[in-house]
Amino acid sequence: MTVVASFLVPVHPHPLLAPEANEGYGRLRAAFEEAAARIEASGADLIIVYSTTWPSIIGHQIQADPNPVWNLVDHDFHDLGTMHYDFQIDAEFAHAWRDAAEQRGLTARTVNYHGFPIDVGSVVSLSLLNRNNRIPAAIVSSNVYANRAETTVLAKSCIDAAQAAGKKVAVVAAMSLSNRMFTRRIEPEDDRIHSLKDDEWNSKILQFLGDGRLEDVGQLSRTIHNQIRVQKVVAFKPMWFLSAMNDHRNDLTGEVLAYEALHGAGGAVVHLDPASNGKGDKEYDEEDVEVFGGDRNVLDTESDNAEDGTTAPQAPASSPGSGPALWDPVEGEDAVNTDTAPKPVGAYPHARRVGDMLYLSGVGPRQPGTNAIPGGPIHDEAGQPLDYDIKAQTQAVVTNVERVLKEAGGSLEDVVDVTSFLVDMDRDFAGYNEVWAETLGKVGPTRTTLAIRALPTPIAVEMKVVAHLPK
Amino acid sequence: MGMGGGQIVAGCLAPHPPHLVYAESPPQNEPKAEGGWEQLRWGYDRLRASLADVEHDVVVILSPHWQTYVGTHFLGLPRFEGFSVDPVFPNLFRYTYDLSIDLDLAEGIHAEAMSAGLDAHMMRNPDFRVDYGTITTAHLTDPSWSKPLVVISSNRSRHYYSVEVMQEMMAELGRATRKAIEASGKRAVVLASNSLSHRHFTTEPEVPEDMSHEHITSHAMHLWDMRIIDHMVNGRSKQLLDEMPEFTDQAIAETDGGALTWLLHALDLPDYNATLHGYGTVIGTGNAIVEWPAWRHREDSA
Repeated sequence: MTVVASFLVPVHPHPLLAPEANEGYGRLRAAFEEAAARIEASGADLIIVYSTTWPSIIGHQIQADPNPVWNLVDHDFHDLGTMHYDFQIDAEFAHAWRDAAEQRGLTARTVNYHGFPIDVGSVVSLSLLNRNNRIPAAIVSSNVYANRAETTVLAKSCIDAAQAAGKKVAVVAAMSLSNRMFTRRIEPEDDRIHSLKDDEWNSKILQFLGDGRLEDVGQLSRTIHNQIRVQKVVAFKPMWFLSAMNDHRNDLTGEVLAYEALHGAGGAVVHLDPASNGKGDKEYDEEDVEVFGGDRNVLDTESDNAEDGTTAPQAPASSPGSGPALWDPVEGEDAVNTDTAPKPVGAYPHARRVGDMLYLSGVGPRQPGTNAIPGGPIHDEAGQPLDYDIKAQTQAVVTNVERVLKEAGGSLEDVVDVTSFLVDMDRDFAGYNEVWAETLGKVGPTRTTLAIRALPTPIAVEMKVVAHLPK
Repeated sequence: MGMGGGQIVAGCLAPHPPHLVYAESPPQNEPKAEGGWEQLRWGYDRLRASLADVEHDVVVILSPHWQTYVGTHFLGLPRFEGFSVDPVFPNLFRYTYDLSIDLDLAEGIHAEAMSAGLDAHMMRNPDFRVDYGTITTAHLTDPSWSKPLVVISSNRSRHYYSVEVMQEMMAELGRATRKAIEASGKRAVVLASNSLSHRHFTTEPEVPEDMSHEHITSHAMHLWDMRIIDHMVNGRSKQLLDEMPEFTDQAIAETDGGALTWLLHALDLPDYNATLHGYGTVIGTGNAIVEWPAWRHREDSA
């Protein structure tokens, strides 16, 4: 399991700087401390913070300064004092996340600059949730132009990087619920949620989250944003990120640890445990996007001719470049094809159904949309060998197999027989076998592994899969 | 000139793209460039030359990057020094600053704003990092930092309520600023630090100053920018303010921060022509450098 715990926490500095000023601030502080203890108990070895108070414009920025140290003062609540921070950032993971994001078509970059202004939401979160600074962290910005698809892909790229690194992740969304503050200074003892309407919406959101219905809140995000959010640059996006990090689930085990007013805004500390609560079902009715194909590269005038004014992302550096031409999958009465799997390199469907049986065409690790190869291609366009990651490639093959099965109404559990092809048995068998054991090996299909000279694209592994679909 | 003998001698729209400081490669900024955005930098050359002829004691800046939601805030210590890193373009702007504040005038405007019914606060935490919009505009108008500043936050009333409410509040703040300057006996240059249309490109060229990539994001943005500039250079402040809600919404304009509305009211809704020193785009956003030469208008009217 990659995500071992998820949390919502408020962004304002009161619980950090003035917990004694108001009983509610004190309860939030205690809830932060309880959340910190639960993160410790979860076994997480990485804390991911998605903060609404770090807006970005040029794609998604990921903090990569291994040890950022500074004194932060809030723009509004400067009289509460100074927040000194001294964090431990997992820079290696930050770079891996950036690479994974680019593989999925996003624009992303790491930032590693002395004095970079880490935002107040991230500082409050990490100061209170990781007080001994024991667990390394990663912080990602909230892009002001990103929609749900883009935010979902960002989360999936985070999962890619975490899985490749074998990390157990605690995810933190630093955000307010209702974010309307009093526009005049109030005394702490007079603090309350700004309006009854905001309070009622917050209570509804917390009821959902307390029931573990994270995806439902994700689907309500736009409505929530319109109802109780001041229209600042960053919308109610953290729920999209958090839901995608949790596979769009609605059956988490949720618990509201505190809910209080912070100068009128709704501040809550909520724990979402991945353990199923045994009730509820997944009701994911939005497109499950794997690769971002939005308005990135709008500066690329050469490809600026799309009718809708948008352009496709450039193929990442690790794409196969001038490899074989890509085909649209062949349609037919029994054919199963999906946009979530890479395009074929010839005239064939992704899969074909015969009765209850599903026969998949050979599946490689290429990514749909970008054609990028997770783990990198095995050689460059001139045929010169390149270093590559067989585990990442194998994991991507399994993911692509899963996508085709999903399109047919099945899952990995339905796989009955696999023939695997490796271009370098000596080098790659161990890594391939390790990923197999963690994925299909747990399902138990029969397997044959062959060494072959080459595959049509610069990949190291391909699988031929047969599945027996549920009736 | 007001009863105290003070006056606003010039008001300027002085946008703050950090790209312009980066392109200039001054010693205060760590990253260095091969130039870029010359149309705007030449515009700032012309503005600086113009202001050099205007005797003044203090510069008052309202920047949309000190965003406050609880009232309007003023830097409230005599001096601030530190290191400013742009959170959006940290690759371009990492600037060592050391600025002085005209505390008397800051407190004077603060008091006038309170008297006008606005919620206002002095910011007296010495660890406070001055926003990069203020620093960029201050640098571009006076790289020698020869004058003390008054620095005013951008209250986000447009986001809390509407452009109309923002305009009402900024009108009050503009009038309060003018009254306090007049009472101070000082000559002030007043700067609104904002761009016009504000839709960014979401990618950046490998060489940020590669001007072959720089242009407005859309024709609609261009048309809006030209219309607003036309109002300014033809003395149509009131019409500009009337159209502010549509402009701000449709051009996603940085006028949402209230600086331009505040400036026009501080200048008492000028009906004389402003001088356009330059226009250009920065990562797709529209930026105009405009001066209202209030001192010359007074002399011409006298």
